[in-house]
Amino acid sequence: MQRLKKILKSYHGKREDIIPLLQDVQEEYGYLPENALRELSKVTEVSESQIYGIATFYAQFRFKPKGRKHLTVCTGTACHVKGSEQIIEAIQRRLKIKEGETTPDHEYSLEAVGCIGCCSLAPCAMINGKVISRIKPRQIKRLLPQKS
Amino acid sequence: MNFEKLVQKAKKEYYSIFRGEPPAILIGSATCGISAGANEITKVIEDEITRKNIEARIIPVGCIGSCYAEPIIGIFKNNKEGVFYGPVNKKLVKNIIKKNIIEDKVAKENILGTIQVKETGTRGSFFESDFMKLQSRRILRRCGLINPEDINHYLATGGYTGLLKTLEMGADEIIDTIKRSGLRGRGGAGFPTWLKWDLCRQSNSKEKYIICNADEGDPGAFMNRSLLEGDPHSVIEGILIGAHTIKAKKAYIYCRAEYPAALEKLEKAINDLDKIGLLDIEIVIKKGAGAFVCGEETALIASIEGRRGMPRTRPPFPTTKGLWGKPTVINNVETFAAISLIFQEGVEKFSSIGTESSKGTKTFSLVGDVKRTGLIEVPLGTTLRRVIFDIGGGIKNGGNLKAVQIGGPSGGCIPASMMDIEIDYDSLTSAGAIMGSGGLVVLSDDSCMVEIARYFLEFTQRESCGKCVPCRLGTQQMLLILDDIVQGNGNPEDVETLHEVAEAVKAASLCGLGQTAPNPVLTTLKYFREEYVEHVMNRRCPAAYCRELMHYFIDGKQCTGCMVCSKVCPGNAIVGVKDEVHFIDQEKCLKCGSCMDVCKEGAILKVPGPGGSIES
Ligand SMILES: Cc1cc2nc3c(=O)[nH]c(=O)nc-3n(C[C@H](O)[C@H](O)[C@H](O)COP(=O)(O)O)c2cc1C
Ligand code: FES
Repeated sequence: MQRLKKILKSYHGKREDIIPLLQDVQEEYGYLPENALRELSKVTEVSESQIYGIATFYAQFRFKPKGRKHLTVCTGTACHVKGSEQIIEAIQRRLKIKEGETTPDHEYSLEAVGCIGCCSLAPCAMINGKVISRIKPRQIKRLLPQKS
Repeated sequence: MNFEKLVQKAKKEYYSIFRGEPPAILIGSATCGISAGANEITKVIEDEITRKNIEARIIPVGCIGSCYAEPIIGIFKNNKEGVFYGPVNKKLVKNIIKKNIIEDKVAKENILGTIQVKETGTRGSFFESDFMKLQSRRILRRCGLINPEDINHYLATGGYTGLLKTLEMGADEIIDTIKRSGLRGRGGAGFPTWLKWDLCRQSNSKEKYIICNADEGDPGAFMNRSLLEGDPHSVIEGILIGAHTIKAKKAYIYCRAEYPAALEKLEKAINDLDKIGLLDIEIVIKKGAGAFVCGEETALIASIEGRRGMPRTRPPFPTTKGLWGKPTVINNVETFAAISLIFQEGVEKFSSIGTESSKGTKTFSLVGDVKRTGLIEVPLGTTLRRVIFDIGGGIKNGGNLKAVQIGGPSGGCIPASMMDIEIDYDSLTSAGAIMGSGGLVVLSDDSCMVEIARYFLEFTQRESCGKCVPCRLGTQQMLLILDDIVQGNGNPEDVETLHEVAEAVKAASLCGLGQTAPNPVLTTLKYFREEYVEHVMNRRCPAAYCRELMHYFIDGKQCTGCMVCSKVCPGNAIVGVKDEVHFIDQEKCLKCGSCMDVCKEGAILKVPGPGGSIES
């Protein structure tokens, strides 16, 4: 709550601050926890349903925690043409989770994202924000040593 | 300090780098460079110069365009032309330091060319290379040759002289200059920039806004990112000129959250500008939150205002009723950089290149199955053939060109037979595509055009804001049909239905997203109809791309049983013992082609048509 209070303190009563506030909360917690949104609604006096309305509109926001290793696979055009679908397939089979899910031990989570701007080195994926370019399905085994 | 003195000091500092005393090492450290390993390379260089006790300066720069050769470094020493190397790796870098810095020779490996940077301009063999010689780097002239985080590098290269010139001019003169330049908006639609500014200037309001659209939601395009990361001040200078012209006191830069490095560089640039006293308006950076439709101007405004990013009908246009209901000018990143260019170098120079209706140069991200991928800039009117074959070096791995996808989800596919088409706003539109922001995705014979259309429809269907029915339901309907077709469940009448729905969505949608979403379908139907027919009539994907309509097969005559393929298979789908012919368990096969990549015998084949459960 201390962390949340600090974020909410930056609010100056302007409607245009809602999205940046949501971004800060997500930055801090890795997702948007329910009670944080309730708190946000109280402070800003914007109804909870409106806040959810905004948060669900934008692809950036997530409502479940990420894994310790958060995998994002680019599905932009260049990466798609170069086989990002197979990368996702290979990861899903390896970790036995679907896109958007987290492994039960919270080690890995998988997300498909739009272009990350490295199209010239496609296909690209990221592990905790670090880009791996020209990734191949056969690298997946090595990149994701399974725990169980 | 007055501006003249500031510039003198900046020049002294900046041009001393290229005299190479002490030696200077430039490292391409934009997002693309970093993803190719620039940070690791920087670390090796730092360690190496400490260990060998060498005096040298390391200068992080943006992307010089040759992404295919990243990571790239350039070494300047002893007043000689700098030598650029790429791609480099850790081992190579040590050798380059030894040869080029310690022994003062040129290392032989992976030389991209030489570059000389002087106050009078840049030259060198790098600019005469195949990748560079047909380009005309105007907007991108600083990218890769300045440290984007050092305002002195911008000032030394003519930065902010455009702004100072416009401060002496009246709005009439500024707008007239832009009109004479022939500049059209680089965000896609090609709207005349002068007209937009003039409309907003004429609006009667005390409060006005200027917005820089740095959303770049088009997947496969990264021109705006590269420019912001390589030369952020050039965009800010254009924004300031705009604010001065329309009399806005506040500007917003709306940049995608997916571009953290660009956001960082912008923030630094704004702070530095403030420190030297040139910032006379408030500039606010707004981080996008991941919605393609927010690139559309009215949706972008809604998003800045803290609402869901839904477009609204126009008119009224933002120039009369924009942010907070006030007159607002929205321009693309590259449009603002073009404005700085026009006022720094003169309108004649700008408009001396291009075509009658499309002046100047345009940046493109050249990606896909082309040999030299990267960020390019060519005069408008350059043919697609020149771009793909002369600049891009043709198709990778000896394949054939099938089509070029241009303009992203709003654009279309232009077939190989039409490569002599000149790239300008009007000729692309007449071919059914659009200029869009400048994503050029080169497709070889290995790509299925029906699948490409499906891919874009999946994208627009997901990104449709859902406010208007034609777009919400129409894109969904098209996607369902396309899904059926690529899975081999299409019916002969689907092709016609698809065409009808596409035309309806195009005609009836509220905003540009829906109006252009059918373009990938319409162009592929127009130029590649036989591929659709093959899918629905014969359940075959001629390119052997669609997963359900192709399989991998091991040719028993070629297979030596070396087990290389079975080791790499991520699905453990390859069955077989050493020295005996292997086969693929079709149930487990991911169809990723890893086996084909590694097989030295050429024993693995890609076959159109579905495979049985187990190959014999
Ligand atoms: C769905 C959609 C997405 C768009 N995305 C962008 C974008 O990412 N960047 C951009 O500059 N313009 C984008 N545009 C165009 C803008 O609405 C607007 O025309 C442009 O920013 C105007 O700038 P310009 O006159 O400098 O081209 C998009 C339009 C639509 C309909
Ligand atoms: S398409 Fe993947 S980085 Fe652009």
